[in-house]
Amino acid sequence: MHLLVKLSTTLRDHVPDYQPNPGLELSDIPEESTVAQVAAGLNIPAEEIKIVMINGRQCALEDVLRDGDRLALFPAVGGG
Amino acid sequence: MSFEFRILRVDMAARTCTFEPVPQEYTGLGGRALTSTIVAREVDPTCTPLGPHNKLVFAPGLLGATNSPNSNRLSVGCKSPLTGGIKESNAGGQPGGHLAKLGILAIIVENMAPEGEWWQLELGKDKACLVPSTVTGLNNFDAVAKLVEHYGDKCSYITVGRAGEVKLTAASIACTDRELRPMRHAGRGGVGAVMGAKGLKAIIVNPEGGEAAPLVDADAFRSASKRFAKALAEHPITSKGLAQYGTAVLVNILQEAGGLPTKNFTVGQFAEHENLSGETLNKLTKERGGEGKVAHGCMSGCVIRCSGILPDKKGKFQSKWPEYETLWCFGPHSGISDLDKVSRFDYMCDDFGVDTIDVGVAVGVAMAGGGIPYGDADAALAAVAQISEGTPLGRVLGCGTATTGRVFGVRRVPCVKGQSLPAYDPRAVKGVGVTYATTPMGADHTAGYAVTANILACGGKVDPLKKEGQIELSRNLQVATASVDSVGLCLFTAFAILDVPDALPAIVDMLNAKFGWKMTGDDVVTLGQRILTTEIDFNRKAGIGIGQDRLPDFFTDEPVAPHNTNFDFTNEELATVFNWRDEVKELEKNRK
Repeated sequence: MHLLVKLSTTLRDHVPDYQPNPGLELSDIPEESTVAQVAAGLNIPAEEIKIVMINGRQCALEDVLRDGDRLALFPAVGGG
Repeated sequence: MSFEFRILRVDMAARTCTFEPVPQEYTGLGGRALTSTIVAREVDPTCTPLGPHNKLVFAPGLLGATNSPNSNRLSVGCKSPLTGGIKESNAGGQPGGHLAKLGILAIIVENMAPEGEWWQLELGKDKACLVPSTVTGLNNFDAVAKLVEHYGDKCSYITVGRAGEVKLTAASIACTDRELRPMRHAGRGGVGAVMGAKGLKAIIVNPEGGEAAPLVDADAFRSASKRFAKALAEHPITSKGLAQYGTAVLVNILQEAGGLPTKNFTVGQFAEHENLSGETLNKLTKERGGEGKVAHGCMSGCVIRCSGILPDKKGKFQSKWPEYETLWCFGPHSGISDLDKVSRFDYMCDDFGVDTIDVGVAVGVAMAGGGIPYGDADAALAAVAQISEGTPLGRVLGCGTATTGRVFGVRRVPCVKGQSLPAYDPRAVKGVGVTYATTPMGADHTAGYAVTANILACGGKVDPLKKEGQIELSRNLQVATASVDSVGLCLFTAFAILDVPDALPAIVDMLNAKFGWKMTGDDVVTLGQRILTTEIDFNRKAGIGIGQDRLPDFFTDEPVAPHNTNFDFTNEELATVFNWRDEVKELEKNRK
């Protein structure tokens, strides 16, 4: 299946040549993959991921992705 | 003990400066608790905000002039000319710590100088006097540069720019940072207009001879302060995130969550968001080098260091890193994606002395009303430049969003109690929407920053698109924030307070060690409730009823993309936020 993956701040360091626009377009991801599996495939350590969003909604690392999903991963971030 | 906290009363009509012992009713208070208590006791709630009966109060927090990290913020209080209610606006920079070192618990500025007269207040150890201002007519950067020539680089400075001189209702009060730049502002609510109305152009704070505040138990304080520093160092946001990316780190996450208000709150996402992100700010600052700086602290004792410096293309100082709110309002809200143009806007606001939020939101609202072409950065900057020139358009923008909306006949004016909404769409981040609607300050994200649990997974998780849990979240945060604002702590310490179990006990232990108190965590809640009650009672007497705890109706009528959600709290639900108040209990009883 296809996914669009968006990475934030320090998580970008794990993916060489990450382009913020448009993000990472992945194809050939096995059906029923979880967020954790996709992150591991990108060499992003799970313990660095604080916030997971699928299509703009907060989700968990163990949630299963669907074809065409937009996945965004964030470490701890905050401001105001 | 040679060190004794005193109140400094400055009468602008009589031109007298009097040090007074701290009256019983003000003891044990600092920061927002003190400014709001003084305003509530000494200011007639029905007075004209820009008239002689209003008072302008400056107060460092309870932990000012100690070695606690991040504890030197300065609260400024008055009746707001923008909201017509009570106001507390606080700022970083150096003056808060300096005032505390001089033993000044609060400065109360009262009355008014005769029309056309401008004065500056010289403060030193046991010394306060008003002298004719030497910087009248200058904006903040020139004014401070000239003051530094005369008074030197060891002082800190509090000034108003031309916006404050002409009493625009979005005028701010500038405090100098460690490098003597007037870039840390008590921004919201038009406090600068009140300073201008008094005829007070500048305050010079000379800390020479000042000393650290006395501690009842110095050893206990030291150990508690270390624990608090450790909590800040342990939390990834307060130790690294804010230093590396500034508050602009929020651009991408609010974009992703669909809560980044775009084109005057008509959509929740902005296609060119990445140009304005914290990641871009970090990268550009490093690439341009020169005078740029990643990880810069705005006040002594800051370990968070969120206030980077953005250089221009030649590496010269351009401005501080624009805050997320500033990036948003001149950016997505106004259809602008050029970071250097936003940075220019930020510098101009700091220089003229206006709130970047109320003026930036006014720019987007003027665009919605056809006054400035949508997305035209140069036209917008030219319009903002007129604030300093004092043209009619400049004055309209400088009076903020509500005034601008009225002048341009705009239907969607994002304000509560006359103060503009900040950078989180209340339909997609509902918890902060509850805070906007109900805080006695007028729309203000910092008053109860529910973005934490709604978006940042900090202090628990509450679904931002649902109503469940939002009232309680906003209530608890508003109560806690009132206390944090009274201690003099930077609000960003709250990320650690929410997540690191020992952070709050460490703060309580510092207060107990400093004052010899026996406070508990519960007392912090009681203090917060008491401050809010004082503020809401003032507003009631000023004519601001519970019926003004509302968002403009377009937020309930029109869903916002991408989630297509509305702000759907009933008036009865919003009325339960301050559930300890008698008026709320009465409402509840009548409903049953």
